[in-house]
Amino acid sequence: MITSIAPNSAGKSDVVAFKLADQDFCIDIGLVREIRGWAPATLLPHAPDYIKGVINLRGAVVAVVDLAARLGFGPTAPSDRHVIIIVLYEGRVVGLLAELVSDIVTLDEAQMRAVPDIASDPSREFLSGMATFDDGRILRKIDLAQLLPRTAGV
Amino acid sequence: MADMDELRSLFFVECDELMDSLAAGLRQMEAPGHDKETVHAVFRAVHSIKGGAAAFGLSTLVTFAHRFETALDLIRSDQRAADGQVLPVMHRSADCLSDLITAAQHDAPHDAARIAALLAELDLLIGTKPAADQTGFVPITLDLAPFEDMPSGYLIRFTPDAAFYRSGNDPYALLTALRRLGHTNTLVIQDDLPPLSDWSADQPKLCWQVTLTGDIARADIDTVFEFVEDCAALQITPLQGDTAFAPISIALEPLAIAPSQPETAKPAPEASATIRVSLERVDRLMNMIGELVIKEAMLSRVIQTAGLAQDLDVTAGLDAIRQLAGDIQESVMAIRAQPLKLVFQRMHRILREAADATGKPVQLITLGEQTEVDKTMIERLMDPLTHMIRNAVDHGLEDEVTRQRRGKPPQGTITLSAAHRSGRVQIEVADDGGGIDRVRVRQIAEDRGLISPGTQLTPTEIDQLLFLPGFSSKAEVSAISGRGVGLDVVRREIMALGGRVMITSTEGHGTTFAITLPLTLAVLEGMLVQLGAQTMVLPITSVQETLRPTAAELHHLGQSGRMISNRGDLIPIISLGAEFGHPEPARPLTQGVLIIVETDTHKRAALHVDGIIDQRQVVIKSIEENYGRVAGVSAATILGDGKIALIIDPEEVVLAAASDRTRTLAASA
Repeated sequence: MITSIAPNSAGKSDVVAFKLADQDFCIDIGLVREIRGWAPATLLPHAPDYIKGVINLRGAVVAVVDLAARLGFGPTAPSDRHVIIIVLYEGRVVGLLAELVSDIVTLDEAQMRAVPDIASDPSREFLSGMATFDDGRILRKIDLAQLLPRTAGV
Repeated sequence: MADMDELRSLFFVECDELMDSLAAGLRQMEAPGHDKETVHAVFRAVHSIKGGAAAFGLSTLVTFAHRFETALDLIRSDQRAADGQVLPVMHRSADCLSDLITAAQHDAPHDAARIAALLAELDLLIGTKPAADQTGFVPITLDLAPFEDMPSGYLIRFTPDAAFYRSGNDPYALLTALRRLGHTNTLVIQDDLPPLSDWSADQPKLCWQVTLTGDIARADIDTVFEFVEDCAALQITPLQGDTAFAPISIALEPLAIAPSQPETAKPAPEASATIRVSLERVDRLMNMIGELVIKEAMLSRVIQTAGLAQDLDVTAGLDAIRQLAGDIQESVMAIRAQPLKLVFQRMHRILREAADATGKPVQLITLGEQTEVDKTMIERLMDPLTHMIRNAVDHGLEDEVTRQRRGKPPQGTITLSAAHRSGRVQIEVADDGGGIDRVRVRQIAEDRGLISPGTQLTPTEIDQLLFLPGFSSKAEVSAISGRGVGLDVVRREIMALGGRVMITSTEGHGTTFAITLPLTLAVLEGMLVQLGAQTMVLPITSVQETLRPTAAELHHLGQSGRMISNRGDLIPIISLGAEFGHPEPARPLTQGVLIIVETDTHKRAALHVDGIIDQRQVVIKSIEENYGRVAGVSAATILGDGKIALIIDPEEVVLAAASDRTRTLAASA
């Protein structure tokens, strides 16, 4: 579990990096509440295919989003090695199913690039930017506002 | 001294209670031959609000309350009858007072014109215009005592107790009020005072002795102390003419030996048997008990798998824990339970306003206001009920002329009733109006594109159209119900509480909206059922019977429709697994179990599941909080093994399955 992180100086931000289908992604560390192992979820009827179901997070009912399915890589068959990144976004607690969390990275504003126009890929609309590194590595930054299903209410 | 803000918020909480008793009292005064004590209670409520408001410097509130109080005092002293001329003004004043309190609470501006108009009405009742802004603490009392046996003064000994200070009274105000009556000589009796180090706020020791001289009526003094007599020891002795200025030491003599509770004072009331606790704390307790129930279930599973279930000591201990957990749960639920009276009383005001706005004469009858429901439910019922009452006045009731033409009494009647019914609470709003004009409702729904023209609909289904978003049966939005809220919002709010709304209507005789609600938002008696690899929970209240069907009882209808004959009835079968889109195919019907449920619309359906696991109390957990609504599911719970099980909403499942069938039939036709 990640606890308090000292605030960064201007223009820098910490992100949690993780892997999905051999691509590197990341998410703002401020949104991450904890990271836990995969546990079987209870299916939710009529849910979109990227919702794996709900899990019990210390008494709260938390839905798990299959990131791979959401980003267009096809559904994940989760195993014990998979992780759930618990995020708190706009008052809602949501779990994100990922392959593995690699590390915590400090990003510089200068590293950020806009997502190039690759029209056909669904993952594009779920990204807010890309961070480039000198060694050629690229971190795709997840945009939760787009990614999380807006299902509240009927 | 507590924080000022805290005191202030406490004052507003008290105002709420006082306003409730004020409203209730005014309504009682409408009945002929009402108790004199009712008028006193109403007067005291206004007086207490005024007192509190003065302490917080809420001058508009004080001014208004004062004038209101003066008018009430006329009724109290029998100078004015509480008749049809006076009472409406009193009601309006109470409403205005309530608005002023709300405005003061939120530091919001108030409607000066409305206040001025009401003040003028009150002045008209009072007859004389009192000096502007006279807001002293002494109510104008007109019942003067006879002059002949009026002594030339009094010796007053006044010892407030802890309750006096706790209720926010200030001795200074009382002493000042005495000084206005005549010449006073005020002393603090120092004999009993403990050293400052031993001082305790719980045991006030201060005692005042006032020698009051002049031509003063005893009643005037009584009025000053009227509201503190049960929280202070008070001794009032008349002085004989020339002893008025007798040396204090002589006057003190008899007082020094006076018992600490003089006969003239009422015995101090026992400490209040109620406490005010923040809902948050009770919620926390409730949550913990929920966890306890889950842990107990878990433990019993572990014991079972460990093969310890044969051990009598273990099972007896477990049973005892289960029993205790159940009892605690019930007790906590009882803490949170409150009578619906609080909501119902406010509805009288809503009705008055709606009646005024539409010009229709209406009376509201409330039944079963002692019915208790969960506290959170009370608060969240306020809006839907308000809307339904307004709706009943505006849309439900015909105008006076039409009513008379139909041979009905000109005054419409709306009945608001509540009762406990098989583990749920039923609240009904019934009007004796014209009923739902189904032809028109249908027409509107077609015009707005809510249904396609020519759709076959039963009368009940037409009534349901009223709940569709975007439906409003009035051509133009009226002042009272056109607030951007439709019945769809009412239904959604009720559904969020785990409840349901239904309409029944008879043309020409009125419409009834019935709401059924669970008793609590926290626990539910459920039947655990197996659906493939998933466990789900069915609320026991909807279950009528369970059965294992034989092939002979099963019948087909068309291609995929299945039914079961049950005591002469044909009941449609709904496969829950298919309805919830489960990947595993369900067992054949003859190997599974059918659970016959009856929904609120009295439709019966047989839900097909793979098996029944258990029956037990489950703690309700919200899915909406983090995810959103799931069709056919009302909430979730956590099982003994820590996994989540969804709680089925049978009503929704049956409705959805039925509309599926209509869709399929319509498509094949």
